[in-house]
Amino acid sequence: MERLSVTLCGWKLDNPVIPASGTFGFGYEFSQFYDINMLGSIATKGTTRERRYGNPTPRIAECERGMINAVGLQNPGIDKVISEEFPKLKEVYHKKVVANVSGFSIDEYVECAKKMDAEDIVGIIEINISCPNVSHGGMSFGTDPQQAAEVTKAVKAVTTKPVFIKLTPNVTDIVSIAKAVEAAGADGISMINTLLGARFDLKTGKPIIANIMGGFSGPAIKPVALRMVYQVYKAVNIPIIGIGGIATAEDVIEMMSAGATAIQVGAENCRNPYACKQIIEDLPKVMDKYGIKTLEEIIGRAHR
Amino acid sequence: MKTLQNCKVLENTPLTHDVYKMVLENKTDWIHHPGQFVNVTIEGQYLKRPISICDWTENSLTLIYKVVGKGTEIMSTKKTGDVMEILTDLGNGFDTSKASDEVVILGGGVGVPPMYGLAKQCIKEGKKVHVILGFASKKDAFYLDEFKSLGVDVSVCTNDGSLGTKGFVTDVMKDKGLCDAFYMACGPMPMLKAIYTTSNSKGLLSFEERMGCGFGACMGCSCKTLTGYKRICVEGPVMESEDILWKD
Repeated sequence: MERLSVTLCGWKLDNPVIPASGTFGFGYEFSQFYDINMLGSIATKGTTRERRYGNPTPRIAECERGMINAVGLQNPGIDKVISEEFPKLKEVYHKKVVANVSGFSIDEYVECAKKMDAEDIVGIIEINISCPNVSHGGMSFGTDPQQAAEVTKAVKAVTTKPVFIKLTPNVTDIVSIAKAVEAAGADGISMINTLLGARFDLKTGKPIIANIMGGFSGPAIKPVALRMVYQVYKAVNIPIIGIGGIATAEDVIEMMSAGATAIQVGAENCRNPYACKQIIEDLPKVMDKYGIKTLEEIIGRAHR
Repeated sequence: MKTLQNCKVLENTPLTHDVYKMVLENKTDWIHHPGQFVNVTIEGQYLKRPISICDWTENSLTLIYKVVGKGTEIMSTKKTGDVMEILTDLGNGFDTSKASDEVVILGGGVGVPPMYGLAKQCIKEGKKVHVILGFASKKDAFYLDEFKSLGVDVSVCTNDGSLGTKGFVTDVMKDKGLCDAFYMACGPMPMLKAIYTTSNSKGLLSFEERMGCGFGACMGCSCKTLTGYKRICVEGPVMESEDILWKD
């Protein structure tokens, strides 16, 4: 369907809907619900150099219009992702993925990004410099413009595919980080990651999440994401994948109006496995309702 | 097959001061083992509520749930004829082919419901079944008549002795000389651990965890086992007792 298609760094997607990293596993779990080839792409589970077991449970706390998660980047490590998870995904999915990569040192980012770059199934490498779950992890890279730029530069030096930097909203000035990664050579920006949050049990008074804090996501954070995408679109010239609380076709239109070229759906996949399918199917009628002919034409229209 | 289904409420009645029985109209041909669960959509609540299957017929599904928070409180207000959305066919359930011909089935508190469907299944398979049910107090006990009407050996205990034997399910297991029988159990973690340490046999244990998705995507309910990380919602909730890494 031409009217839904968007182009990210020369890669034409059938539609802008991409399930967000960490909410969609390595994709194949969802093929039991629908044909996942209808998706624009899939952002795969955050991958690190070594296998990670993640945080102790409970890792999940429900919130009003959202949830907190503190999974802690559980993943089998890059080599297993490439040798086991990608082949399983390829059996049911024939498009390219947005490969999400995390690291605890520049070396780790570089090594993972290099390996992802060599994979046919990878269309975009998404660098998570923002995961707030890991106590001595990505946080420091994503909160300092200089460090964010260093990671970007190092990854760009070893890759040929487009590199998107996924930004954390837990900063004072997200625009300065966005500008820094653009100047360092980033091909695009994914934003926003989760907001740091916590919940406490009413009976015991203790934190619900074993890790105490976790990443808050869901429709409740949408206004924060929209505001930040709007600010960053104004300040940079590279494409943005808008993330944060998207649950409906209307949300997609709003996020693209603010400046996103494509969008990612996160928490909503956890509450409704059909979320992305429903959004894609609803888009044409919602576009009709608002007189939108093609999605390409509304990217950043808030700024015009 | 995992699907989102709308089901008519056929019954939603209290069994105790905080435990309810909900019967839904549902074609249950997707159930392959007792001890599987469904994820119930609650309007106004962000995440679904994972609830184990207590019993089923060809066209109905029985869920027994305890009101512990806002979600289950809303669930308890549902009336006959209301429609509930459920995500079906979640979790592995009890694979009774792993059990021997004589089994002891233990349920504690809100862990009791799935043991009913399991007991029925074991009886159908011709196994000799002993049931031990534990509750905090007499006022918390439910489904005793239903278990007894299965015609098997049913024992009850309560922490305060207000009903049945005073003590824990493991005390009854010892008293009745059932420590060598293959066990299958669902209940609070200390109970499951006590069964594991008390029994000389192997067994299958059903675990509980806060879940995000319920179908294996979010890794929210992962637990470390001797054979690697497992998701309570996919590789569980039922695990083999020897596979568990018991914590103190």
